[in-house]
Order: sequence, then structure tokens, then C-alpha cells
Amino acid sequence: MAHDAALPHDDHAHADPKGFIHRWVMSTNHKDIGTMYLVFSLTMFFIGGLFAMGIRAELFKPGMQLMQPYFFNELTTMHALVMIFGAIMPGFVGLANWMIPMQIGAPDMALPRMNNLSFWILPFAFVLLLSTFFLPGGAPAAGWTMYPPLVLQGGDDVAFMVFSIHLMGISSIMGAINIIATILNMRAPGMDLLKMPLFCWSWLITAFLLLAVMPVLAGAVTMLLTDKFFGTSFFNAGGGGDPVLYQHVFWFFGHPEVYIMILPAFGLISEIIPTFARKPIFGYKAMVYAIACIAFLSFIVWSHHMFTVGLPIGSELFFMYATMLIAVPTGVKVFNWVTTMWRGSMTFETPMLWAIAFVILFTIGGFSGVMMALVPADFQYNQTYFIVAHFHYVLVTGAAFAIIAAVYYWLPKWSGHMYSEFWGKVHFWNSAIWVNVLFFPQHFLGLAGMPRRIPDYNVAFADFNMVSSIGGFLFGATQLVFVGVIIHCVFFSKVRAPAKVWEGAHGLEWTLSSPPPHHSFVTPPVIDNSVLAHGDVMH
Amino acid sequence: MSVSKFLRQTSGAAVALAASASALANPVPWQLNLTRGVTSESHEIFALHMAALWVCVGIGVVVFGAMIIAMFRFRKSRGAVPATWSHNSKLEFVWTLMPVLILIGLATPATRILMNEYDTTGSQMTIKVTGYQWKWRYDYVDYLGKPVGDVGFMSKLAAASNRIRQLDSGLDPGSVSDHGFKDYLLSVDKPLVIPAGVKVRFVVTAGDVIHGFWVPPFGIKKDAIPGIVNDIWVQVDQPGIYRGQCYVLCGQDHGFMPIVVNVLPKAQFDSWLAAQEAQAKADKAARTAQAAGPANSAFAQH
Amino acid sequence: MSQSGTYYIPHGSRWPIVAAIGLFLFMVGFGNWLNGNDSLGQTVMGLGALTIIGMMVGWFGSVIHESMRGNFNGQVDVSFRMGMMWFIFSEVMFFGAFFGALFYTRMISIPTLGGEGAGALTNQFLWNGFAPAWPSNGPEHIGGAFSTMPPWGIPLLNTLLLLSSSVTITIAHHALRAGHRGRLLVFLGLTVLLGATFLRFQVHEYIEAYTHLNLTLHTGIYGSTFFMLTGFHGLHVTLGTIMLIVIWLRCVRGHFNRDNHFAFEAVAWYWHFVDVVWLCLFLFVYVL
Ligand code: HEA
Ligand code: HEA
Ligand code: CUA
Ligand SMILES: [Cu+2]
Repeated sequence: MAHDAALPHDDHAHADPKGFIHRWVMSTNHKDIGTMYLVFSLTMFFIGGLFAMGIRAELFKPGMQLMQPYFFNELTTMHALVMIFGAIMPGFVGLANWMIPMQIGAPDMALPRMNNLSFWILPFAFVLLLSTFFLPGGAPAAGWTMYPPLVLQGGDDVAFMVFSIHLMGISSIMGAINIIATILNMRAPGMDLLKMPLFCWSWLITAFLLLAVMPVLAGAVTMLLTDKFFGTSFFNAGGGGDPVLYQHVFWFFGHPEVYIMILPAFGLISEIIPTFARKPIFGYKAMVYAIACIAFLSFIVWSHHMFTVGLPIGSELFFMYATMLIAVPTGVKVFNWVTTMWRGSMTFETPMLWAIAFVILFTIGGFSGVMMALVPADFQYNQTYFIVAHFHYVLVTGAAFAIIAAVYYWLPKWSGHMYSEFWGKVHFWNSAIWVNVLFFPQHFLGLAGMPRRIPDYNVAFADFNMVSSIGGFLFGATQLVFVGVIIHCVFFSKVRAPAKVWEGAHGLEWTLSSPPPHHSFVTPPVIDNSVLAHGDVMH
Repeated sequence: MSVSKFLRQTSGAAVALAASASALANPVPWQLNLTRGVTSESHEIFALHMAALWVCVGIGVVVFGAMIIAMFRFRKSRGAVPATWSHNSKLEFVWTLMPVLILIGLATPATRILMNEYDTTGSQMTIKVTGYQWKWRYDYVDYLGKPVGDVGFMSKLAAASNRIRQLDSGLDPGSVSDHGFKDYLLSVDKPLVIPAGVKVRFVVTAGDVIHGFWVPPFGIKKDAIPGIVNDIWVQVDQPGIYRGQCYVLCGQDHGFMPIVVNVLPKAQFDSWLAAQEAQAKADKAARTAQAAGPANSAFAQH
Repeated sequence: MSQSGTYYIPHGSRWPIVAAIGLFLFMVGFGNWLNGNDSLGQTVMGLGALTIIGMMVGWFGSVIHESMRGNFNGQVDVSFRMGMMWFIFSEVMFFGAFFGALFYTRMISIPTLGGEGAGALTNQFLWNGFAPAWPSNGPEHIGGAFSTMPPWGIPLLNTLLLLSSSVTITIAHHALRAGHRGRLLVFLGLTVLLGATFLRFQVHEYIEAYTHLNLTLHTGIYGSTFFMLTGFHGLHVTLGTIMLIVIWLRCVRGHFNRDNHFAFEAVAWYWHFVDVVWLCLFLFVYVL
């Protein structure tokens, strides 16, 4: 009954849906949904970036010039929530939507309507979250980690913050389910798991992380909600609870979360470097195992965010050792990227430049991570700008740079036009320089003793803060170039992109036209191992 | 001699004595590195930090060096032809093992230092530290095995800094200083006073939300959590004035609850404490006697 | 992988956006209600709930319709199965957060407050005189003196009910596979009844707790964990029961055949999951 065969690939029998609403709002097309995710992500990057500009402007010099301290805390909190849940995660999901079906020879995602729902929840979730700025009492201001009891002192924003996080969680869980089902169930015959591009591998593993931890975050914020509104005592010692309990639950989510934001980036970089080195990725299997290993370890290191809460020494030591271990599989990945470049035949188009910057700058961020894993040393780094520097190196020059690299890499494939190399390079070089002016001095500030999440500081911290702010403004302004490049490429560029945009590119996506047909593969493609990046490589 | 006069003199002397130590311990413009601090624990942390830093620099030089060489030697424009190999088990084994060994090298001293920091036995003094929005309370619990009678006070941002930090105050943050140190936002009305050369144990907690007790030159840091008590110890041998801040986001004035510790030579501390106890007793007597004006206790200012 | 040589893509649908709007309304309303805008909040929340219900009827309706027309091939079936499986996994993790909270408070926070282990100072300085024990509503005795639900009454009965409902649904499944329509309907119907009875008893238990035991959501950490765990579980049983009713109706209409009854299986999985959660609850909340 179910197999009454040879159905047309689309119930409606016409491939191109008509009308704006039908195409975008009711979409079941992975490319359109991917595009919406990416546009949403970029929008959120600018909103979150705008908040960051507010932070940097207030910190430009000592003394309070622009805002009340409470508003500063709102900016910090919303900056992080918007960047993490609005910019980085949807950015990766957008790329997954666009590329995974094309890379494994599928027509679309496994569950296309749910895919649409995953996306459409997000704009509503962020309307809910951002609207708190206009409530009496303002937006959430207890940091993105939302620690009680402080967060419970909030006003009307608390309920909306919690619900918007529930919505984001629902969206992420459905997205993850979709990606798992797509990868495990929709691969074209002959596309073995160990022939898949590394981007698919990284997302497969990330999806499991999402499934495991987003519900835990939902649980954590639900407990916040009931503590505030329903009289429970989860985080109140007087009632037998413990504020530290929240931190355990939150970081059980929070640490895997940071790998959710970096594993797909690893996948992207593993696509781009081989293409421009014209040499297959070094140690394909080791790359897969390394990701799996990092994902596993990410579940047993959460307390490294809590070294100062007064854990027993046994826990401190366990979490220190486990955290340090993550450097090993991550090192494998870094070494493999470098070795992929070794004896290659490299060219330096814009995507490659971003990828190289990623490898160097992410590694710097990883180094400060390992330093913080050393418990006694972390007593000095904890909650200072040293950490702010650490996580912006892994998040901005890590996750965000990887997304930008991927956009340059696949934009010609998506749009059918070439972007401007010149402006791409302008964007790159300005970003690469200013981002370091922005974040490197924050290491010094942290070491000198400047705590994070403060709107004003001692005059000894003035100089580097000013340097950092200048870097921040220029880095932010540079991102306007990015928007220009994208708009030009999509709407104005006259240079048509060939199917195989990059000389050294391998993989199924390059066998499709640029732009690809509405449904990527109407029938399963016959896999020719030689077009795959890893198909004919026997390890 | 009145208590406050005595205090003004002694603390003045102590500051002069320790000016050099504090100069090393407080942040300076363009400071690049961690403070070495003034306790043996902070020295050990500093050494660990430097070891980790150099390890990272070393690995960085190798990795980035290899990348840069690759980028120059193996570019297409120089006619490089790509090799076809794509794995090498021996090499991969080596660079899995190497980091493990390096990390063991770092974890070993870290473990030892941590064990020491966690050992609060043998402390000769206990002070209860309580964080409030947005001030600290210090209660002296016991000293040299004897309970301390009723000595405790609040400590909050000094008035001068507080005026300057108001939005658009137009006042210059560089204009306040204390013995040559520009102490904007790092000064309080009443510092915590502890004796030099004594192992002091702090029991740290909070009254409303989570705060954090941190004095960088001591190398100690502990969360102050409502309903929970953590402990931490320090032994400072050099008298002086040391500054830190609340480091856990605790609401709108989180940035404005500094910690200032005045470490007095032991003898001076003893008389300071005695004076405080006497004063506390006097205050109590005055209160019970329903005296008209409340006793003005403005000690510990310098 | 594709079995018929083509892929199946559903056409566009308005239900996802309706679902998103429904969720949004529901949460805006709930938030307003919590913040004290009662009537506005309740209205918007109700609107959201109606939208969500309408969406579910519409969405599932169209999927059922497509399934009946035979649009779905084996590959789609596998995708659905994976979707359900991993959805249940995420639910397990959601309960994990609350079980984690329960274990943490019982093994760490109560002993700490009571001065055991690392808690000596905490007890000495802040909660002097508080002795660790479970059940507990903490050193401040939040909510006042209370008693707990004895496990060997209603909870045991409820355990037996859910366990037998797992048996009946399995029998129903076998009947479906063997083509015994009558037996299928009877045993599936029995499952629904058992689920409903469970809920009935749980309501009774809650009333009992609030009126006689002074055990409420406000009863310190014991009340918090007790009601949050059993409450979320009860919500899942409610959902499961509704799903069972829908499936029963679909069986009556003959929607399923021996080989093709994914919806039935999905609900059965869900029911087993609810059952397993209950066993953990019974053990850790009531018995131990
Ligand atoms: C994408 C995000 C991301 C990533 C990938 C990482 C990666 C790592 N992080 Fe980071 N981290 C964050 C995001 C991230 N982090 C955020 C957001 C916070 C702050 C949260 C908050 O409080 O708001 C944080 C905070 C944070 C802390 C808490 C500090 C504190 O609060 O006191 C710690 C402590 O251990 C830590 C450690 C690490 C480690 C060891 C890694 C490792 O995975 C890094 C591994 C990589 C390398 C080491 C480089 C490459 C390796 C080699 C070249 C091999 C050889 C190297 C050696 C032998 C050293 N991180
Ligand atoms: C996920 C990613 C992410 C990203 C991409 C960023 C990007 C940036 N972040 Fe942020 N950040 C976090 C995650 C991220 N951050 C987190 C998790 C925290 C911790 C929060 C907490 O403590 O709770 C944090 C905290 C944080 C702080 C510390 C605040 C505090 O402790 O009080 C600072 C301070 O400098 C900062 C700065 C910046 C800057 C300048 C950028 C820049 O890279 C942004 C660049 C982008 C733009 C600027 C937007 C584009 C351009 C325009 C809008 C045009 C107009 C602008 C001009 C013309 C100048 N971030
Ligand atoms: Cu007190 Cu921050
Ligand atoms: Cu972490």
C-alpha cells in the first residue's frame, strides 16, 4: 500500500511553488528553508552585534557615559543569547539544510514540514525575547547563564525569557531529529557513512548533542519558572534546594552547547581546506573519531565552569583532567588540517583565507581554554576578561568565521553567481585584523584582574579597553561589507558560476548545476566514488 | 588615645611600610600579565600560569610555523603539485600521544597546588565574609583559638568613587587616588583588616544572590552563595593594601562592590582588634543604656 | 534507503506556520498571565491552545489522509520512526533534568545543609540544628509540616495499572499484526481505560496531598521534586491517553493493516516510555 510506486517527486506536480507565501511561509524545500535560516542568522548577528557595540561603547573609557549599569547588564545578557541561539546555531542549521541533502544525494530533508516548523518557531521566539526590552523592568540582565537567585529578581522578563528558550529548544530538537533522520535514512545508495563529507559527520554528531542537552536546558529554565511563580524551592537553600544545583543542570547543557557551536565548524573547515589545497583531507577516519570523542567528552567536563563554587577536591580534579583531555582530539583535528595543507597545491580564495584564519585563531582560543582547565590557574582567570577573550576566539573567530567561510564557499553554488573576490578579501583582511585588536587585549585585561560583566572599571584598565573598543567598532563596521558582498552576488553579479565552482572541489553538491534544481536529486544519484571527497580513499 | 585616632596612625604607618608590596600587587596601566601576587600560593599559580603559557606558545610556534611554511612552499602559483597521500598511522599516533604527555606535565603541578589550596587546616583565625547587594560584610569569628567579641562591619564602595561613577557625573575617574594608586572603583569606606603572617580562614557566604570574593594578589577566589558556606584561606606575609572585586554578576551594581584588604603587621593588628572589641562593647553598653546619640564609629579609615 | 527508486516530498503546508503562531500565542498569553495580566493572558493563552489543537487536527489529518492514499513509501516510514524514536529520547533527557535535581538534592544539598561531608561549615554558620533527612522541606521548613504519600497504597495500584496497560497494548499490537480486529479493539480500549484510571487516581492523590497531607508544590524541595516529577509524568500520561484514544478511533475506522501501522507503534512506544518513567518515579520518589 505504501509503495504504490512512481509517484511524482512532489504531490503538487509543479516544481516551482507560486507566490511569496506559498514559497517561503509554507515551504517544504530544504533550500528555501536553509536560505531563511541563513538570513535570520545574519539578522540576529547584526542585532547581537549592535548590543556588543553598546557594550564596547560604554567600556570605551572609564566612567559611566551612556547607560545605567542595569541596562549594560541587559545588553550583555541579550548580546549573548541573541548571538548563541539566534546567530550561530541557526547559521549552522541553515548550512545543514542547504548542504546535507545535496551532499548525500537526497532530494530534501527527511521531514520537510517539520523542517519548516523548526524554522518558523525561531522568529517568534526572538520576537518574544527581544520584546522584553520594552517591558517595564527591561530585558533579562543576569547574564546568558541566568543564574538564580539573581535571575529570579527580574521582573516581567523572566517568564518571557524562559518561554522563548523553550521555543528555541523545541526548534533545535526538531531540527536535530530532522538532520539525524536525513543522514541516516536519506543517503543515496552507495553513499556509505564513511564516505560522507565531514560536514555531514560533524552535524550528525552535533544533532545527538542537541537532542541530549536542549531538553536539559528546558528543564533548568522550567525550574527557574516554577521557583519564581509557583513557590518551588529548587534553588533555595532554605527549602532544601541549592543555587549550585542550577549551575550543574545549566552547564550539563552549557558545555555540550559550546561544542554544538564548534563541531559543525570543524566540519566546514574540513570541507574547505582540502578543496583549496587540492588534496584529500588528511586522516578522514581520525577526523570522524575525533569529533565523536570530543562529543563524548563534552558530557563529562561541565564543572570546569564551576571551579570556584566550592566543589569537593575530587570533583575539581576529575573535571580538570577530563577537560584537558579534550585538547587531544581537538589537536588531532588541527594537526590534520595543517597536514592536509602540507604538500598540497594551494590557492587562497576568500573561503580559504577564512578557513586558515579559523585554524590559527580557534587554536589560540583553545590554548586559553586549556590554561583555564588548570584549576588553580582558573582561580585567577575565572570570570575575568581572560575568559571573554577565550570564548570570543572560539566563538567569533571559530564558529562565526567558519560560517562566513562556508557562505563564501557555497554562495556561488546557491546563487549561481560569483561574488566579488576583491570585496571578499577586503572583508576578510579587515575582519582578521580588527577582530584581533578587539579580542587579544582582553587577555591582558583579564590577567590584570578586570572582571567580566562590569560596566565600568579602574583606570588601570583604561588603555586596553579603548584599544579593544576601537577594534570592535572597526570589526563591526567591516561586517557591513559582508552584507554588501552577499547582496551584490545574489542580485547584481553578472559572472555565472559553473557547476563545479572550485577547481579542487569534490562531492555530490558540485555535480548539480549552480544554482541547483528545486529538488536537489529527484531520483537517487548513482554514486561515482571519484566525485566524492573520500569515496575512493581507502583508509 | 581615641580608637579612631590610633587607627589612623597605625594604618598610615602600615601603608608606608608596605607601599612597595601593594605597588606590585595592584593593576597597572598596560599590564600584560598576571600579577605574581604576594602569597606563596599566588606565586605557585603564577608559575603554573607561565608554564601553561609557554607550553601553548611552543605548540603554537610549531603548528602555526608549519602552516606558514606550507602556505609559502605549497602554493599553486609556485607550481606545487598536490601529493596524493591522505593518512599516516604512525604520524597520527605520535601526535595523539605527544599532547597527552604534555598535558600530564601540566596536570601534575596543578594537582599539587590545588591540594595545598584546599587544605584549610591549621588556620589561626576565622573571618566570615558575606556578600550583599552591593556591599560586603566582614565578621571576625575567632582569632588564635579565641572567639572574637562582636566585631563586624559593612564595607562598601568609597564615596568619592561612588560620586564619579554616576551616569554623566562629569567627574574624572583618574582624580581619586590612595598613596599614589589611582583607586577608582577599587576603594571602600572600611577595608577588611587582617594580620600579616597568620593563616586566615575566610568562610564565605551571601545574603541575597551569588557574589564572589576575590583578591587577585592573594590568588584566592571563592563564590559567595546564599545558604551555603565555602571556605578558603590565605596567609599574607607582607603588610599592605590589597584590592579585589566581586566577580560574580550580582545585579546592577556588580561592578561597584570592591574588596580592599588592609594587612597589618601582627602587633598592630592585635591592638586594632582589641580596640574594635572595646568599641563594640562600648557601643553595646551605650545602646542598652539608651544613650541619646548613636556612637559614631569611624575607624579604619585612612 | 529509497526502495521504489524515487523520493517522496510532501507539498507545502500551512500547518507549520499555524503551529508556530499557536505556540507563540500560548506562550505570550501564559507569560502575561504569570505577570499578573490575568484576563488578557488567559484569553491569549486560550487562543493559542485552540490554535495548537486545530493545527494538530489539521496537520495529523492531512498526514493520515496522505498515508491512506498510500503516498508514503518505506523510506518515509523509516523517517517517521526515527523521528519518534529520537523525540522520545529527548523526552527522556527532559525527565533526566528533574531526576537529576532529585538525586542532587537528596545526595548533595540536603546532606550539605545538614552538616554532612563538606557541609560542616554551612551547617555551623547558617543552619545550625538542621539535621539531614529525607523527606525534607529544608532548614526553613518551607510550606510547614507535611506527610508523604505512602507508596503501598495508590502509587502501587497505579504502578500495577500502568504495567498492565503495557501488557494490554502489546496484546493489542499482536492482535493487529495477526489481523484480529476484535481483540485489537478490546485490548486497545482496555489500555485507554487503564490510562484514564491511572489519571483518576493521580488526581485523587493530589487532592489528598493538598487537603490532608499539607504536601504542596510549596513544600520545600520535597514538594518541588514530588510535584514536578509526578506532574510532568501525569501530563505525559494525559497526552498518551489522548493519543491512544485517537488511535483507537483510527482502528475502528480500519486505518491500519498488518504491515502498515506506524502511528499505532509510535503511540505504543510513547506509552512504554511513560511507563518506564513511572517505574523510576515509583522507585525514587515513593519507595526509596
Ligand atoms: C565554541 C565554543 C567553545 C569551545 C570550542 C571551547 C573550548 C574549550 N574551552 Fe571554553 N568556553 C566557552 C566556549 C568554548 N570553549 C564559553 C562560551 C565559555 C564561557 C561561558 C560563560 O561563563 O559565559 C567557556 C569557558 C571555559 C571555561 C570556564 C572558565 C571559567 O569560567 O572559569 C573553561 C575551563 O576549563 C574552558 C575550557 C575550554 C577547553 C579546555 C576547550 C577545548 O575544547 C579547547 C581545545 C583546543 C585546543 C587546545 C587547541 C588545539 C589543540 C592543539 C594544537 C593540540 C595541542 C595542545 C595542547 C597540548 C595544549 N572554557
Ligand atoms: C556566539 C557568539 C558571540 C559573538 C559572535 C560575539 C561577538 C561579539 N562580542 Fe560577545 N559575548 C558572547 C558571545 C558572542 N559574542 C557571550 C556568550 C558573552 C557572555 C555574555 C555573558 O556574560 O552573559 C559575550 C560577552 C561579550 C562581552 C563582555 C560583556 C561583559 O562581560 O559585560 C563583550 C565586550 O566586549 C563582547 C563583545 C563582542 C563583540 C565586540 C563582538 C563582535 O564580534 C560583534 C561584531 C558584529 C557586529 C558589530 C554587528 C554588525 C555590524 C553592525 C551592527 C553595523 C553597525 C556597527 C558599526 C558601524 C560599528 N561580548
Ligand atoms: Cu557582588 Cu558581583
Ligand atoms: Cu565548557
